[in-house]
Amino acid sequence: MKTSGSRGRWLIILPPLVFLLLFFLIPFAFAFKISLAQTAAHVPPYTDVLQVTPEHHWRLVATLANYRYLLTDELYGAAYLFSLRTAFFSTLICLALGYPMAYAIARAPRATQSVLLLVIMLPFWTSFLLRVYALEGIIRDNGLLNTVLLHLGLIEHPLRIMRTNVAVYLGIIYSYLPFMVLPLFATLEKLDPTLLEAAADLGSTPWRAFLDITLPLSVPGMIAGSMLVFIPAVGEFVIPSLLGGPNNLMIGRVLWDEFFGNHDWPAAAAVAIAFLLLLVGPIAIYQYYNVRQLEA
Amino acid sequence: MERRGSLLLFSVLCFGIAILYIPILVLIGYSFNASPLVNVWGGFSTNWYGQLWHNRQLLEAALLSLEVAVSASTGAVILGTLAAVALVRFARFPGRLLLTGMVNAPLVMPEIITGITQLLLFVSMVQLLSWPHRGFTTIVISHVTFCTAYVTITVQARLASADRSLEEAAMDLGAGPTRAFLEITLPIIAPAIVSSWLLCFTLSLDDLVISSFVSGPGASTLPMVIYSKVKLGVSPDINALASLIVCGVGALILTAGWVLRRAERRRRLEVQLAEQ
Repeated sequence: MKTSGSRGRWLIILPPLVFLLLFFLIPFAFAFKISLAQTAAHVPPYTDVLQVTPEHHWRLVATLANYRYLLTDELYGAAYLFSLRTAFFSTLICLALGYPMAYAIARAPRATQSVLLLVIMLPFWTSFLLRVYALEGIIRDNGLLNTVLLHLGLIEHPLRIMRTNVAVYLGIIYSYLPFMVLPLFATLEKLDPTLLEAAADLGSTPWRAFLDITLPLSVPGMIAGSMLVFIPAVGEFVIPSLLGGPNNLMIGRVLWDEFFGNHDWPAAAAVAIAFLLLLVGPIAIYQYYNVRQLEA
Repeated sequence: MERRGSLLLFSVLCFGIAILYIPILVLIGYSFNASPLVNVWGGFSTNWYGQLWHNRQLLEAALLSLEVAVSASTGAVILGTLAAVALVRFARFPGRLLLTGMVNAPLVMPEIITGITQLLLFVSMVQLLSWPHRGFTTIVISHVTFCTAYVTITVQARLASADRSLEEAAMDLGAGPTRAFLEITLPIIAPAIVSSWLLCFTLSLDDLVISSFVSGPGASTLPMVIYSKVKLGVSPDINALASLIVCGVGALILTAGWVLRRAERRRRLEVQLAEQ
């Protein structure tokens, strides 16, 4: 494509560049602008930050009140911390469950491997919303889990799981497990088996060899998988909304209520901007340095 | 030790797979329950499936969702492939870093934030340009935005591993760069394009959060209708609908995977034969 000149090049570069600029990046500028406005009782429900005076001068009417509100109102800080905590612990559980699964797949014969990967991937391709809904059939008071446990005589009264934080944890683990298994498998599969053989020859027990060789070498996969679970889990809305209790404080849900319940668009915009800086900012910087390191 | 370890690994794997599949299987089972009460088995019935055909609201939402999914995945495949070609083939151009960032960012952006910011954009655009009206158009635009990321990543990987010498050979034989790309490279990256189209299709069909923000009155996608019904609790007709969608999408993916694998094998064979 070298000979097609720079005109042809721009025909390829410009459409995605302009589209993403317009519909992905610029929206954040608008969100920032609206986060400096105040709520108003008209459509759209916020004041103009840039106003035109009768003398045709531009006037900036901005306020930091929404950000001040975020800092002083206990709800948002609590919601942010609660979301981080929920995402952190569900990521840990996903890792504990996903690691042995990925390890087992990596050690399976090649033909079985592709079937197992397909089995793990298939739920990811089908509907996320419907899978969360399906989980309700298992964990509700008269669902499968309680029926089986009652039948076996392990419990006397149905366990109350639905509309509790336990349900939210279960939902996140159930929904995001494939995201943990796949990158872990990709790392474990590439591992050089001769390293383990060498360790065994030198008198290492399999368990020792696993701790000394496999585990450290699979750290990149653990990080990749954890990011894929943690990041969407922090901002999760569907799971806390369908499975969590009425007082569940995941930030995604707080944001949704602020928007659709209270119609406070400027406050919601401020939450979005703050959330972006607090969550996505650090990740972007981390990724940037990670890529730079890989390229170096 | 070794044997016991393997057994343990294998049981955890089975446990994990069971967790992934049991809820869906139970849901499909319940969808054939004649009783409208969720905890009573009233015998086998396909009654709920029949009722779906008379639910206008669901049918309209399903149609809208399919239209959105087809338009959005087609748009995303075009933009995403262009972005992949730009990023793999052009080592240096102004805005390369920006494009890389904007292609990757939607993957880590919480949906709720993308949804809010895009709605605020559309609302501001309507004030300035009286366009776009919230509904089909805005949902498609939003879906194209996040789907493009998946297409670019998939096609990029395939394109980077494609052998450039074939294309160069074609150009040596007198083909123009565009023709060489269309006839040599496009067939090589075609499987990646097809599978990313499918991925976009299923992601778009499933999206609740972004659609809820950017949609307008009167335009409810299937997930929006399902969500509002499910919020009220388990309902038997949603069980039937969910079973249909899960099985339909599952069958589509399995068939597509099978066809792609066969095509890929044949292509490898042809390359081998040609090289001999």
